[in-house]
Amino acid sequence: MSSAVVSTSAALGRPFLFDAEPEPEARCHPERSGNCAKRISRGVEEPALSLPKGPLLSPDPRLASILPASRLEIRPAPEMVTSGIPALDALAGGLPRGCLTEICGPASSGRTTILLAALAAATRRGEYCAVIDASDALDPYSLAAAGVDLDHLLWIRCGDDIPQKVPNSAKKSAGAPPLSRTLRQGGVFDFLCEAPLPLDFQESKLEGSSPRCKGSASPGKSLLYKRSEHRLEQVLRATDLLLESGGFGLIILDLADLPPQSARRIPLTTWFRFRRAVEHKPTILFAIEQQPIAGSCSSLLLQLGMPSTPDVMRLESRTMKWKQIHPQSDSSREAAAWESPARQCRVSLEKGNESRRDGTDFGDITADDAPNVLHIARPAHTHLLTELQFHAELIRSRLDRKPARSITFETKTAWAG
Amino acid sequence: MFACIYVPNFPIAAALRAEPELQAHAIAIFEGKPPLEQIIAVNEKSQELGISPGMSKAQAELCSDIVLRPRSALQESSSHSALLDCAQSFSPTVEDTARDTVLLDLAGMESLFGSLTKISHAISDRAAALGLAATVATASNPDVALLAARGFSVALASCRLSREHPSTSLRTGLAPAREGTPNLRVIVIPPGKEAERLGPLPVEVLFDDHLQGDPKKAADHLLETLARWGIRNLRALAALPEIALSERLGQQGLQLQKLARGDASRTLVPVEAPLAFEEAIELEHPIVLLEPLAFLLNRLLEQLCARLASRALATQELCLTLELSNLTGIDDEFENVGIPSESDGVDRNGVMWGQPPSAVRRSEAPLHHRRQPKFTRKLSLPLPMLDAKVFLKLLQLDLNAHPPGAPIVKILLSAEPARPRSAQGGLFLPPSPEPEKLELTLARIAGIVGEQKVGAVELLDTHHPEGFRMRRFVAEVARKTPQKKTPDAAEAQAAVTALRRFRPPLRANVTLENGQPTYLVCRRKEVQGEVLWKAGPWRFSGDWWEREAWSRDEWDLALRNGEAVAFYRLVHDLFAGEWFIEGTYD
Repeated sequence: MSSAVVSTSAALGRPFLFDAEPEPEARCHPERSGNCAKRISRGVEEPALSLPKGPLLSPDPRLASILPASRLEIRPAPEMVTSGIPALDALAGGLPRGCLTEICGPASSGRTTILLAALAAATRRGEYCAVIDASDALDPYSLAAAGVDLDHLLWIRCGDDIPQKVPNSAKKSAGAPPLSRTLRQGGVFDFLCEAPLPLDFQESKLEGSSPRCKGSASPGKSLLYKRSEHRLEQVLRATDLLLESGGFGLIILDLADLPPQSARRIPLTTWFRFRRAVEHKPTILFAIEQQPIAGSCSSLLLQLGMPSTPDVMRLESRTMKWKQIHPQSDSSREAAAWESPARQCRVSLEKGNESRRDGTDFGDITADDAPNVLHIARPAHTHLLTELQFHAELIRSRLDRKPARSITFETKTAWAG
Repeated sequence: MFACIYVPNFPIAAALRAEPELQAHAIAIFEGKPPLEQIIAVNEKSQELGISPGMSKAQAELCSDIVLRPRSALQESSSHSALLDCAQSFSPTVEDTARDTVLLDLAGMESLFGSLTKISHAISDRAAALGLAATVATASNPDVALLAARGFSVALASCRLSREHPSTSLRTGLAPAREGTPNLRVIVIPPGKEAERLGPLPVEVLFDDHLQGDPKKAADHLLETLARWGIRNLRALAALPEIALSERLGQQGLQLQKLARGDASRTLVPVEAPLAFEEAIELEHPIVLLEPLAFLLNRLLEQLCARLASRALATQELCLTLELSNLTGIDDEFENVGIPSESDGVDRNGVMWGQPPSAVRRSEAPLHHRRQPKFTRKLSLPLPMLDAKVFLKLLQLDLNAHPPGAPIVKILLSAEPARPRSAQGGLFLPPSPEPEKLELTLARIAGIVGEQKVGAVELLDTHHPEGFRMRRFVAEVARKTPQKKTPDAAEAQAAVTALRRFRPPLRANVTLENGQPTYLVCRRKEVQGEVLWKAGPWRFSGDWWEREAWSRDEWDLALRNGEAVAFYRLVHDLFAGEWFIEGTYD
């Protein structure tokens, strides 16, 4: 559309005209749809009056095919759906269907919280969702705690699934521990022995995986460069296939743990293709990453801020307050380790504390009780993270061209380890 | 009313069903042990070249334009099953008269399918869709239908061979023309005109072609007697006086005359065709590449789907069995010792897939692999489907991931029938992925990221931190309306602090003060620094009754690394005494 506008204006030799106060595109509100209709009718009639008369207006067959910008069809405003977080909905109007939405921010900035909230809201609507997890980082218990219907969620775990031999030099240089050594006999860490390389080893080498290092890289670096490419390729191919398949209400690209220099290697044409693939479809394409990488292909861009030191101080004060209320819990740190939530639940029941009874298998406290966590004898796991504040800033929105605004929203911990 | 579906020249028809591209060629079927193979069936083009049944294979090979195929019991069995499926799709009362003949009762079918002519044409079309060129005859009597189907197809074939037009009397038995072209394979005999229509047929029609031994001798004797009397067709036989015929030929003669007049009556012996859907191809030369295999699989799948569709069924499980060539030189007596099983058929590294047999060194194949000539793959589908293209693509993707490992000499494809799914999308229900498309997409993605890394999550009844497993993702059309919750409660529940896991966890060195972590060093540069805030430890343990017991303390930390602050979960493995960063709160 923009190229057509430029060529028409340049050909006619008149300056570009800008609206004094650009109106946002029509949303689903009835009164705005009326304005939209007026704009369309005005746009059809005006150019005939304002076009200069001259030799350029002669019936030239080459110019006949050029449509004035004002006559171009106005793109219909996308349908907006809730993101699951009221504050975000108030800021951005929700998530647009048929568009690409980017959420970027550093670690612990609330990207995954928004992801889970959007997933929960979509599955509550009965839609099928897909998460393309570039780093295999999603936690199923967090999903369940956020209220995501797991039957409606397709999880694609990308990673270095292809067994590849690691040169001995690379292992030595990284100082990686011998992988064959079992950390524990079984248990949670068993899968360490099956992984081809520990993630920290891979990530530490990703600095050397940028294309500029490609030529001079050692064999180990070139291998890691290939692995990084392999993971990105998995993400892009899986996304292409899912978009082609159709039928999903929400498709999420989780690139949050990919270093920005790796994520930026995704060509802009790919994002453009993705945007075109979801256009005019009820699918929401949603990407979380550390830095914005899709450029103008994204219709909505939210930047999240990292937690600040005052946030941490507030947590500290909460912890101290809790310790003042229950000083005996801190008397013997090793022996009086805070017990598992399930046991806490049993203890509280034994004490007849029926009013604070826990309803979940994990002995967790329900969302309604979360603000009262300080009154609980022993707080459940991660309860001290309750009311953690995240800061979101609206950088770009196709619907709203007002200056950037920001909000702060809080999370509640309805989940325990 | 009854109908008879007759497939003339059945061995040829079975071969052409397996290889439709041979329709335009002269083809002959032989059987017997080398070097005494004999031609048993030929098509019209072969007859024009002078090839006839009874010739030896060596004689037939003198003709360069002929295509010779060995007789295949598997192909004939599949064709016979297809014939039964065709009949069963029109009537529940079906008699399995012979390998190439099926009788069915059409009583009451007019209200479903229309007139007898329409039914006959529909049966003929259905048989053609199943790959069989069948002659269909309908009459008020099963024997009349049988005689008409066999007699007219033989008479018309001889007319075509001698390049003569069928006589007027023969043409009167044929069904009316449809769409401007006369259908020579559909015969409709109205009630009361049986003797008139059967009249021109030769008396040889009364005897089965497949008779052998004494019955054949008796039939030959009778035919010789009738020939001496000058009886050439059924009209002449029907006109003989009954008493005189009885005096000379006995009850057998009277029975033959009843058949010729169309007066014989009997009841059908109905069979219930088993719901076994199998198609097979035996290959003359082993296949070593996936592309020609896909070509053959496509043909088998189309036939299988056509058969399933004719019975209004779909399938939820496909089983592909490939018989591999014996590359090892081991005697055949050892060949079947192997245990055919799913996906374990032959080691991928044992024999290179896609190489000709000569390129494979025999010494490279381990002994236990040499004894597994069969390779089986099962394709389980989440929902009943009936789309040959989808099946083919799924099989291709599966074979790409699990190649058979040796040249293929025989392909057997079977389908487990299932009721087709009946789902109707609601106007106000959210869209869901189309099952066929989704299955293909999932198979393709599984080929990219690995089979165990795609699917839905299922939480296990355990406190183990990684207590979940991946299961198949199935998208069914929503049958219930989406959950209705009050917005406030739902949204309040949704905004929860999420954990992102590091898989595998990051090993860390932790500085402790009074048992509390104060500083953390990790290989990952951004995950290290001073502990600003901490909470914990929470102690978890489990599976103490198993070998895989685990016990650990968990901490929640806020780490400051330069200007950045982030929250992490720190884990102390109490058995191993090591520290790990398990994830980040995000």
